[in-house]
Amino acid sequence: MKARLDEQTIALRAAREFPDGAVVNLGYGMPGLCANFIPEGRTVFFQAENGVLGYGNLSTDEAKDYELINASDQPVLPLPGICFFDSAASFDMIRGGHIDIVVLGAYQVSEKGDLANWGRPGRPATGMGGGMDLAAGAKKVIVTMLHTTKDGGPRIVKECTYPLTAKRCVSLIITDLAVIEVTGAGLVLKEIMPGWTVPEVQHLTAAKLIPAADLKEIAL
Amino acid sequence: MNKIFPSCDAAVADIHDGAVVMVGSFGSYAGLPVNLITALARQGTKNLTVIANMGGVGFELTKRIKPEGYQDLGLLFEQAQVRKFIGSVPALGGMPPDSPLERLHREGKVEIEVVPQGTLAERIRCGAGGLGGFYTTVGVGTVVEKGKEKKVIQGREYILELPLKADFALIKAHRADSLGNLVYRQTARCFNPVMATAARVTIVEVDKLVAVGELDPESIVTPHVYVTRIVEVPR
Repeated sequence: MKARLDEQTIALRAAREFPDGAVVNLGYGMPGLCANFIPEGRTVFFQAENGVLGYGNLSTDEAKDYELINASDQPVLPLPGICFFDSAASFDMIRGGHIDIVVLGAYQVSEKGDLANWGRPGRPATGMGGGMDLAAGAKKVIVTMLHTTKDGGPRIVKECTYPLTAKRCVSLIITDLAVIEVTGAGLVLKEIMPGWTVPEVQHLTAAKLIPAADLKEIAL
Repeated sequence: MNKIFPSCDAAVADIHDGAVVMVGSFGSYAGLPVNLITALARQGTKNLTVIANMGGVGFELTKRIKPEGYQDLGLLFEQAQVRKFIGSVPALGGMPPDSPLERLHREGKVEIEVVPQGTLAERIRCGAGGLGGFYTTVGVGTVVEKGKEKKVIQGREYILELPLKADFALIKAHRADSLGNLVYRQTARCFNPVMATAARVTIVEVDKLVAVGELDPESIVTPHVYVTRIVEVPR
């Protein structure tokens, strides 16, 4: 088995995309790890759907404050300048285009940037939470996910077969094998895992990858 | 008019069979009116329609969120008190084992209406503010648009979403004065101020009750006009 990035490293690579001063929302699961990897010298403001802007790291205090949580229900620490608001105001912020970047997990992404990240066959009672609002409203949607399913099947596909979150919303896909930009011309392979060839990654991808003229190895 | 009730049991006593009940919080502990929920479970009313962001997970699974655990909406589903749930996360699909709501749903005993979270908040705000609904791009091209009116506005496609109102709202606030002005604490605010404005009867459990005049008028989030009943439950 060739090496792949682990979840922490995928999150680290995704956090490189946060410019100084950005307002960023982190989805449930792997995206939440990005909070630990803000590039040095940059300030990022984390927004969460439950009505907070400007929270810090996960709380490691003995006595955690369970009334200060992120959208993954984890207690976090306040930073100077933190502010709170209700759910309606929070989603005005999200729908209205005031969030620079959202990082979401996914079951599938299509070659047009369609996202499927909430419903799974056999679990009819699941919901999309704030995922549809974030995918429709954020200025930039970054997906972090494993390149393939548990069975080795592709997650980057021509058309999503899982329930859609939003159409044509994803800009950038960061997996354990590649960094892929969604463009009008198709999926552009920008960075590739060291030790892997383009045909090998293409073999695990159900949509056509266009190697970038300046294709690089993923550097961390 | 006295809005102060001696207990959560007294405050929820008249919630009737078939009532529509909004329950505040994001879904987990922060802002969850735990004592009003447990009082409603003791009261035993049935065929409720519950509007809440999340469907709850039941006491055992809440220990994953807060180590000592707490009661949540799972309790009302375990007791088969709910006929219909409207919310954005009925159950967490990535979280086995099943939640009480998911089990009941599989047995065909509870109906679910899944609503994107921001759409849920805005539908409640419309219900509270006397509006007939709103157009949104959220859900366009997904299962959410099914059966809804579509409209192109300034070149973008939107769907029409309708207002939500309730007979009762169960709300958690940090402090109240005896008029019913409310302030919240940190992320325990979330859906509480939105739902507090959209019910015929709004019932609030608060950490601390103070005299009129003690709250800073500039910090009041929910004006007292929306609040019907207050119970002080020190936490």
